[in-house]
Amino acid sequence: MACRIAIIGAGIVGSAVARELTKYEGLEVCIVEKEADVGWGASKANTGILHSGYDDDPGQFPKRARLCRAGNELWHKLAEELQIPVKWCGALVLAFNEHERKVLADLLLRGKINGVQGLRIIERETIQELESNASQEAVEALWAPTSGIISPYEATIALVENAAENGAKLYLETVAKKIVVRNRSVVGIETDRGFLGADFVINASGIFGDILSRTAGVSNFSIRPRRGEYFLFDRDSKPKVGMTLFPAPRPETKGVVVTQTTDGNLLVGPNAKDLEETERESTQTTREGLEEVWKEASRLVRGLPPRGAAMRTFAGLRPEPNKGDFIIEAYEEPSGLVNCVGTRSPGLTSAPAIAKEVTKLLVERGTRLEKKRAWVSERRAMTRFRELSSVEKDRLILKDPSYGKIVCPCETVTEAEVREAIRRGAGTLDSIKFRTRAGMGRCQGSFCLAKLLILLEKETGRRVEDITAKGNGSKIVVGKVRPEHGTE
Amino acid sequence: MREYEADVIVVGGGPAGLAAASSCREAGLKVLLVEREEVLGGILPQCIHTGFGILETSEDYTGPEFAEMLERRARNLGVEILLNSYVTQLIYADGKGVLLEAISPRGVENMRARSLIFSTGCRERNAFEIGITGDRPAGVMTAGTAQALMDLHGLLPGREVVVVGSGDVGLIMSRRFALEGAKVKAVVEISRYPGGLTRNVVQCLEDFGIPLLLSHAVVEVRGRKRVESVIVSEVDERQAPIRGTEAEIKCDMVVVAAGLIPDVGLLEKAGAKIDPSTGGPVVNEFLETSLHGVFACGNALVVNDLVDHAVEQGRLCARSAKSFVEGALERPDVWKMALPGENVKFVVPQIFSGRRETTFYARVKSPVRDCALSFKEIAKEIGIRAAMPAEMVRVKIEGTHLSSLGGTLTFEVRRWQKGK
Repeated sequence: MACRIAIIGAGIVGSAVARELTKYEGLEVCIVEKEADVGWGASKANTGILHSGYDDDPGQFPKRARLCRAGNELWHKLAEELQIPVKWCGALVLAFNEHERKVLADLLLRGKINGVQGLRIIERETIQELESNASQEAVEALWAPTSGIISPYEATIALVENAAENGAKLYLETVAKKIVVRNRSVVGIETDRGFLGADFVINASGIFGDILSRTAGVSNFSIRPRRGEYFLFDRDSKPKVGMTLFPAPRPETKGVVVTQTTDGNLLVGPNAKDLEETERESTQTTREGLEEVWKEASRLVRGLPPRGAAMRTFAGLRPEPNKGDFIIEAYEEPSGLVNCVGTRSPGLTSAPAIAKEVTKLLVERGTRLEKKRAWVSERRAMTRFRELSSVEKDRLILKDPSYGKIVCPCETVTEAEVREAIRRGAGTLDSIKFRTRAGMGRCQGSFCLAKLLILLEKETGRRVEDITAKGNGSKIVVGKVRPEHGTE
Repeated sequence: MREYEADVIVVGGGPAGLAAASSCREAGLKVLLVEREEVLGGILPQCIHTGFGILETSEDYTGPEFAEMLERRARNLGVEILLNSYVTQLIYADGKGVLLEAISPRGVENMRARSLIFSTGCRERNAFEIGITGDRPAGVMTAGTAQALMDLHGLLPGREVVVVGSGDVGLIMSRRFALEGAKVKAVVEISRYPGGLTRNVVQCLEDFGIPLLLSHAVVEVRGRKRVESVIVSEVDERQAPIRGTEAEIKCDMVVVAAGLIPDVGLLEKAGAKIDPSTGGPVVNEFLETSLHGVFACGNALVVNDLVDHAVEQGRLCARSAKSFVEGALERPDVWKMALPGENVKFVVPQIFSGRRETTFYARVKSPVRDCALSFKEIAKEIGIRAAMPAEMVRVKIEGTHLSSLGGTLTFEVRRWQKGK
């Protein structure tokens, strides 16, 4: 009989686990996600940095230390197989004084212990050579050449698409209420859409991890939201930073970083504000928070663009576990529960390694795993019209003229790409945005919103009044203009 | 790949571009008008209110009517029009010719011409650019998007509305929502006076009982999925929110009408000089940008409050392009500069030769009554009954005055001092 695996949460961790488990015979994998799309929690609102692995003390946070470095290495192949945008651009941790120089020395040593390759302390002149926009006040830097950046939401989408191709099922807008235990074993999940039976429940519910774990009787940890706020600048903004720039870290955070995104936007943030346990959806930005981010960022980089030129500000919540380290555990009781939570930074980097760790736990719990013969390792990325050469563009338009119809002028997104996104499962405006970049440019959707709405109506056959920005409760329009004219 | 060739290419088929293309044809030029949308007219087709063409025709048209007139004229004159054609790149503009690349359902197209007229319009500032914090729910949109939904697609985007900004766009959209039976809870204006014309304040707000909150800002949006309320705060003289004055207004929609910015990314990338005070290119009296043979008009040049001015600028561009194509466009070694002085935000054109009568457009920073536009360099004063930021000041200055100038001409608007 097949072994049924239910994963709670289609964030980067849940998605990576799902994809990994589809490699094996006899596992029926499904993912339950409360949002209207995958990756809409912490996975979409972070720096997108693939850390090299010098940050975490292996004595204090053994899982973070080990899985970060391992994950960093795994992403190379994974990003290639799944065509996820990634850049191995390297990072600099800048020190501005004697105290911070000591911190760098500690980081270097820790990195060596964690097995990070290529770490080096560099002097002021070399900093300027490597990154001409770095602050000239920086006296020394730790250079981590194996650090990279990834598009975290595209990574999540890619993992889920590939998992689905290999048989995993995804239930969107389905809220897991309770992990159900009978006779000291997990038997499934109670959701707002009914009961889902499972032999293993993998709890990858991020910020809600402790609450769900408690429903299964495991309450040896707690999670609190730690909010971070960001500024995002348009692709044409200057300065461009080639590398990710970090300040010397503090215990609670790696600090405000200045980085590029894989699409070439300048991204600045996050601060670290601990919220109450009840504030698990409080992704508001604040004036104070943004102020703080800006002040910190100005130390790192010369000539940041004016603050008001930021095309978007946003905030995300990291799931901060009370003991600090990731919680990746299976239990004697209840058997069948695997917690995969507390994946604060470097959770994104570690995700592929966490997935392997979960596999190991399943084997330890007596699951026999045999690799499938027909497993598809690769996934094709969305067409990115904007990045093609003129000849390639022309060829595509010849095949399908809707590649010649621009929907989002800021990011040069075509009607054909929007259709492709919808075919691949995008059912909301944000889902289209994260797959195509329509609405992610300078004007933040004011030119394309109406067009996307009409396209979604046409392609899905849904009523335009029912189309949402981001799932239940987020309708774009409330009705028709003067509906009485139609009925009288 | 398809190739097009013309004497002049006009990018953008709104009112300025249509007027420019028609005038180019009248001057006997081969002109190609390139428009990215399926229809011509720019923003006009969604502006179903009146107020268009008053100076041009002495009639008061709606946006769609005025657009149709301009389009009919262009078509009758034989302007070659490419719709659904989006210019992605200005490959070069070297003073001898220009080369553009565009994308259309026909394929990737190259377009060559001697001269280029840029009439790409403007874009709206969004909620983030004006520093609104809080949640990011559905129901926050710019006035133009709301207008497109309502008047191009017949869809109502909200029922309880807070409008940010009291420029004409914000005022007109407030009335538009009120006419649909939506409740406009407030229009929130950060400055001490309304940003739009007095006529619009009366007709769009007062007549509909819509409150106008001056010296206030929307500082925060609340609502996880859809807007539930906004936090409004009083602001000080520097327009910074005053702590302790925050109040909540329940609503399901925020309409952002917080200003327009010329959409000139292509020009900027091609190296044209940009004037930070207008957001558009620096031009001379021929409306020629710092790229020789490349001209700009309409809201891509400077955000206009009257479509008639956009049309006028389009025509001037056409005349200039004609001279340029014929090799007769003047290019003095030294340009004189028009400078914004007291209470003036910008002056367009920014540079001029001083050899001919020149039309200048300027905008004041704060409203004044019984005032004068004065130029210290030529000891000239022009009386104005009232000047306000909403209304562009348009003034013609004779060549004789301009030729006698030194290097600069400073525009200042101050209260009329009687007996001076």
